[in-house]
Amino acid sequence: MAIEVNVTSTLRTLVGAKSVQGDGATVGALLADLEAKFPGFKDQISGDDGELHRFVNVYVNDEDIRFLEALDTPLSADDVVSILPALAGGSR
Amino acid sequence: MLTLPKDHVDEMIAHAKEDVPNECCGIIAGENRKATKLYRAINAEASPYRYSVEPKDLLRIYRDLDSNDWDVLVIYHSHTQTEAHPSPTDIRLAAWEDAYYVIVSLQDDGNPVVRAFRIQDGEVTEEEMEIA
Repeated sequence: MAIEVNVTSTLRTLVGAKSVQGDGATVGALLADLEAKFPGFKDQISGDDGELHRFVNVYVNDEDIRFLEALDTPLSADDVVSILPALAGGSR
Repeated sequence: MLTLPKDHVDEMIAHAKEDVPNECCGIIAGENRKATKLYRAINAEASPYRYSVEPKDLLRIYRDLDSNDWDVLVIYHSHTQTEAHPSPTDIRLAAWEDAYYVIVSLQDDGNPVVRAFRIQDGEVTEEEMEIA
């Protein structure tokens, strides 16, 4: 089951394209598949504990997976996954 | 050197003033380092001290600029009470290494200050800014 994954910034440099195809029944499985294809992929977006970095947004279609089932969010063949660095800061 | 059209600079200042007491945030898209479009973003924090672009709004903006083959040239936000310099929070959360981080300070509200920086691996470098 091929899922289209749109990437940007450092990940785009790593995979050499704007989007890649990956496999997985969940977002977590998809990220593991992309790590196998592009070593270092997961390090860019998650920590040693396997949890996503706070400053990374992963979307399934239009929804941030934090508001779905996080890494357990199920995927189907026509889903599009997008990964964007969060955009945050502030004076304090 | 970052070159921005005057209307984008004016727009960032206007946005900062409108969102007082909270910080504002937004993105300026670019093509070959030339600014193409300014997008106001929703600050999900709605806070005087923090900003975070609301995730769906970020995706909306990014899809629009990416479909035009533009890049994220500038990420801007305001500091309402402090100087136009990246705070420790700004540095810790800076995830877009290729973008200019522009800060609008309203510390002296009659005289807004706009400055541009790169934030890469925790290192801050001020960049010259030219208003064209």
